[in-house]
Amino acid sequence: MNTSRAAWLFITPALIILGLFFLLPVVAALVLSVTDYDLYALADIRNLRFVALQNYWALLQRPLFWSALGHTVYFVVVGVPLSLLASLGAAMLLNSPLARFKPFFRTALFAPVVTTVVAVAVIWRYLFNTKYGLINYTLDAIGMPTVDWLGDPHWAMPTIILFAVWKNFGYNMIIFMAGLQAIPADLYEAARIDGASAWAQFRHITLPMLKPTMLMVSILTVSGYFQLFAEPYVMTEGGPLQSTTSVLYLMYEEGFKWWNLGSASAVAFILFVIMFAVTAAMLRLSKRGEPA
Amino acid sequence: MIRATRLGFVAALALAGVALSSCAKEESGTRTLQLWTIGREGEAVQQLLPEFEHEHPGLHVEVQQLPLTAAHQKLLTAYAGDSTPDITQLGNTWIPEMVALGALEPLDARVKASKVVDPADYFPAIWSTNVIDGTLYGVPWYVDTRLLFYRKDLLAKAGYDHPPRDWAEWQAMMAKLAQPRGKAYGVLLPTNEFEQLLSLALQQPDPLLRDNGRYGNFQSPGFKKALAFYVSLFKDDQAPMMTNVGVGNPWAAFGQGFYAFYLSGPWNIGEFRKRLPPEQQGDWATTPLPGPDGPGASNAGGSSLVIYRASKHKDDAWALIEFLSRPAIQERFYQILGDMPPRRSSWTAPALRDDDKAAAFRDQLERVKATPPVAEWERIVTEMQLVAAQAAHGDLTIDQAAAEIDRRADRLLEKRRWMLDHGHKATP
Repeated sequence: MNTSRAAWLFITPALIILGLFFLLPVVAALVLSVTDYDLYALADIRNLRFVALQNYWALLQRPLFWSALGHTVYFVVVGVPLSLLASLGAAMLLNSPLARFKPFFRTALFAPVVTTVVAVAVIWRYLFNTKYGLINYTLDAIGMPTVDWLGDPHWAMPTIILFAVWKNFGYNMIIFMAGLQAIPADLYEAARIDGASAWAQFRHITLPMLKPTMLMVSILTVSGYFQLFAEPYVMTEGGPLQSTTSVLYLMYEEGFKWWNLGSASAVAFILFVIMFAVTAAMLRLSKRGEPA
Repeated sequence: MIRATRLGFVAALALAGVALSSCAKEESGTRTLQLWTIGREGEAVQQLLPEFEHEHPGLHVEVQQLPLTAAHQKLLTAYAGDSTPDITQLGNTWIPEMVALGALEPLDARVKASKVVDPADYFPAIWSTNVIDGTLYGVPWYVDTRLLFYRKDLLAKAGYDHPPRDWAEWQAMMAKLAQPRGKAYGVLLPTNEFEQLLSLALQQPDPLLRDNGRYGNFQSPGFKKALAFYVSLFKDDQAPMMTNVGVGNPWAAFGQGFYAFYLSGPWNIGEFRKRLPPEQQGDWATTPLPGPDGPGASNAGGSSLVIYRASKHKDDAWALIEFLSRPAIQERFYQILGDMPPRRSSWTAPALRDDDKAAAFRDQLERVKATPPVAEWERIVTEMQLVAAQAAHGDLTIDQAAAEIDRRADRLLEKRRWMLDHGHKATP
């Protein structure tokens, strides 16, 4: 068939690039994950051993892996709803007819998204400093007890969640605003004539109409939040007492700090499987609510 | 968003930086030496190099400064990508790792023939960190050991006219100084730094690894004694449960009397001189680390200069090492930066001899001990500190913690055992 040959011809460049820069590294990482590639193997390839699934097995037996997974899940379970609430709230406020200076606020709320995470994290680290930080200074001034934000294992993760939500909510806010603007105004008009309260309007019009947007945004956010790395890397280096070590941070330490690339690849694949399962479950759940 | 691609990007950037530096154009007739430094040493060495280049016309030294946090990773990446420099500064605990890679040039013959580098003049334990399985791979550049900075005035107020001589006396002092409880402390031991516990552990007769570095030896009576002492300081509120991030500004806290002792290294002499007000300069001093019963050992830290096997200018590289090893140059290096020289003859220079704060270090350097020369050491000691911090928190007993450190050390040493058992040389 000529058309199909032409089609193949057209997508070949893209396929080659994808294969070379995406598929090949993934396959290489999969191969690495069943070996014990490390410093010694780097020095002399004869020191490389095929270990089958031992890297995976060893990881599943490591308390640190489970605690890192726990921290990551904690980050996702608390962070994603918070992030969505903040984004939706900000989008509704900006979308409201009462709002003034919309372009200014839109830009201001979106600004943290486009600034580099490292630069902002350094500033927040100062704000959160136990002794000299502005946040504790303010708490102290109004007579509230101060908190050791980044030094206390119980508070470090909530602090990072707060930071990440602040940093990322603007991105979803923009998407939500587009979704809100797409809802026909006559629906609200009809509801108002029927005497629906603001809450009822939100529940029965806004939320259902936003459902597809909501689904996409939550899947993107969940998969993004599972890959938590930069925040703990810059703010706490996984501490205190490894309370902010995420799965990806563990992978980074295994691979780039200690050069155990076999073990690091295994971490990456386990994380991939988990994320795949979670997003698949989310898609399924969302389909259940729809009429078949 | 927080993407893994970032990592790849960062790695690529690091490689690109390395690659860029290696494609630097060589002018005709001049040879370029690549010297990598870690941390602040790069700035100081820049001031010394014009003299070296003046002595060796046709030789140009290009300095690359690596930040401390990224140095280890960059050195490994450079090796993996075949883009190592000619010479690099290397923390002496990293030497075994680089030797395991077979990346370093043996230096015995060059030292034998050298008129400048005299092994007998160096502090023996510091020299020994550069010798792996009987072969020399580096020349010590500066030394670093941990001892006590303390507040003389606070100690005098508590009724002591001398620094502590052993653990018992030190602990008695801290008990008096850590008042009111929870507001003031005896000593600062940041829970995320392993050097403090390591120093206490090195004071014990038991080695930290056994059977030629095949297994951990953390359940030895000696290590348990050190760990118990370390943990007791937190239990009795004599040391604050803080990481160095939590402390924020340790110098100001020391000046305010938040703690009276600080177990730290020589760079803090300069920091305290800079950061404490003039009227407080007479209130602080340094003293060798007290041991379980009398003056104790401490860690043999510091940096060495090594030549990479892949270097094409080994003779020029050696000339630079000799230049930086001259006592007169080391003295200037000390004046610029405060890095302490590894040679006894450099210490006769007035700047060091007459410095009362440096004298304690001179004394301590005769009593330092090297850590086990295995490639996995950095990782083992990191795990040691993580478990020790849990013990300090009270989550583990001393016995449980010691057993857990051994378990983790044995796991990390598994590959080394396999290499040794199968006749692969763990250190070529």
